[in-house]
Amino acid sequence: MDLYEYQGRDLFERHGLPVLAGGVATTPEEARAIAERLGGRVVVKAQVKVGGRGKAGGVKLAEGAEETVARATDILGMDIKGHTVHKVMITVTADVAEEYYFSYLLDRANRTFLCIASVAGGMDIEQVAADTPDRVVKAPIDANTGVDEAKAREIVTAAGFPAEVADQVVEVAVGLWQAFVAEDATLVEVNPLAKNGDGRLLLLDAKITLDENAAFRHPDHEALVDQAAVDPLEQAAKAKDLNYVKLDGEVGIIGNGAGLVMSTLDVVAYAGERHGNVKPANFLDIGGGASAAVMANGLEIVLSDPAVKSVFVNVFGGITACDEVANGIIQALALLEQRGEKVTKPLVVRLDGNNAEAGRAILDGANNPLVQRVDTMDGAAERAAELAAAGV
Amino acid sequence: MAIWLTKDSKVIVQGMTGSEGSKHTRRMLAAGTNVVGGVNPRKAGQKVDFDGTELPVFASVADAMAETGADVTVIFVPPQFTKAAVVEAIDAAIPLAVVITEGVPVHDTAAFWAYNLAQGERTRIIGPNCPGIASPGASNAGIIPADITGTGRIGLVSKSGTLTYQMMYELRDIGFSTCVGIGGDPIIGTTHIDALKAFEADPETDAIVMIGEIGGDAEERAAEFIKGNVTKPVVGYIAGFTAPPGKTMGHAGAIISGSAGTAEAKQAALEAVGVKVGKTPTETAKLMREIMSGN
Repeated sequence: MDLYEYQGRDLFERHGLPVLAGGVATTPEEARAIAERLGGRVVVKAQVKVGGRGKAGGVKLAEGAEETVARATDILGMDIKGHTVHKVMITVTADVAEEYYFSYLLDRANRTFLCIASVAGGMDIEQVAADTPDRVVKAPIDANTGVDEAKAREIVTAAGFPAEVADQVVEVAVGLWQAFVAEDATLVEVNPLAKNGDGRLLLLDAKITLDENAAFRHPDHEALVDQAAVDPLEQAAKAKDLNYVKLDGEVGIIGNGAGLVMSTLDVVAYAGERHGNVKPANFLDIGGGASAAVMANGLEIVLSDPAVKSVFVNVFGGITACDEVANGIIQALALLEQRGEKVTKPLVVRLDGNNAEAGRAILDGANNPLVQRVDTMDGAAERAAELAAAGV
Repeated sequence: MAIWLTKDSKVIVQGMTGSEGSKHTRRMLAAGTNVVGGVNPRKAGQKVDFDGTELPVFASVADAMAETGADVTVIFVPPQFTKAAVVEAIDAAIPLAVVITEGVPVHDTAAFWAYNLAQGERTRIIGPNCPGIASPGASNAGIIPADITGTGRIGLVSKSGTLTYQMMYELRDIGFSTCVGIGGDPIIGTTHIDALKAFEADPETDAIVMIGEIGGDAEERAAEFIKGNVTKPVVGYIAGFTAPPGKTMGHAGAIISGSAGTAEAKQAALEAVGVKVGKTPTETAKLMREIMSGN
């Protein structure tokens, strides 16, 4: 889960890291209250999870409460690269003398964590690394020993931080590592890490990603989810414990296993190239033991997407037996009928693997006009795309 | 002889008394796996009956190894306890630990991996979030269905469970030496490269299927490895061409970040080193079939 900048600022503050005083507002009136509390000159920043806010006019200075209200009014509701601004962060201003870069992140390739530090901050670090690789330090971090003062000093020396800020950077490096671990983050990026006119270090931006697998030890992280930004279908699916991602096509997809479902999306997209360019409408993995209830929940979500014109149920019976899956599909359709949701969209079902013959016989026996059986994945994808194109 | 798991492997199960653990212990036994016991400190000394096979429960992995000579552990404990279970297996220096558990925090995986390195990497870790490893006809450690296919001379390494099953099924008439599901998490213990290296060295493997998916650059690094080190034919498949950037597609590691981790880049890297990449699982199986029939 990626956090908004204001959530990152709050998180840093909770962990005792130096940030600018501020708050977040969803209305101009809330912005006024924050401006009055902070006093003097403030900066009003659009909260969107996309870069290039400044250029888009989403970052403005304001003097006093009235001007803050005016700037917040301008920015709230603004569209930045397809993201509507629902919140603005308001902080006191900094008097930036120098800009540095500091981050911790997951290094998948080396199966460890990485610290990236540079005295050339404020810009895109990948660009800095490409243009002047000697100005960027990348230090692997052992997950068990972490970043203590000695390790931090090693990084600070290697990156060539000026002597007058070295001790402060060491302190920030250790504190930031502790926050990274304590919050189960996979990324904390501070760009810029600024030296203020008075010589103090400040974390002026926050880009944080949290590990959703660690949610069980962070009940507080749930509150960081921006419910308004979550697709309503994804929200409904999550409430039913389904692994669903909304996409923008016309063929609803239900399958078992993340890899098989990803593969199904691809195969449907290829088939769509021959049938009106229809595309997969969603990713939905119903997992291993697909019971009738799970299948019904899945079908309900997929069918409630108005963009869906046909549904492709693609199941490989590994541990799950296909006859159970077939019964699940038939029962699910009956269940939806009982719930008063008449199913009108065609379903193409491909069953293979464990007890496939029995499963296919059950589908044939049910004789539901909406259910079409195609026994190969590629053939079924073709049929589902064709039906979606016809229904568009 | 297959890789890493043979008919001589003695398997214990951490979490054998739990619901998933007991269900799959039964299945592993039915597949002919030599399961010799389980680990649960609270139930040490007890015996568990699996359709007539009585398996002892030990207090620790070390105890189980001392008593039974076990050299493989399959871990089914919940995510909260997975790190401790793996560390225990590493401490006991068991040669192979297969971590089935899904949903392990990546800080925990990074920690047990770093610990494994610090101990001299005496333990091969497969997973987490994987279906395990199966050498058809010999042994089965994990949840891969044993009845899809029999012994043959294709090696398979895959990030995905169901795509593994699909590929085994497509090529069931040819058969497999070993199928390794390495898992879909951002940090995993055994990589595509480890499996490619082992299959290259395995006299009972003639050709290799490698299944990847979006996220990270493991497939690109595997391509680089194949270039200089693999002489056996390799056929590839990558899932996730149509996945949008920034969205996690089921597996915790299956995410395109910015321009990194795309299926296109992986396919291009593999094709650049002469690996034939199928457009669909079926087409991939067809490519392998052609190789095995000498066309």
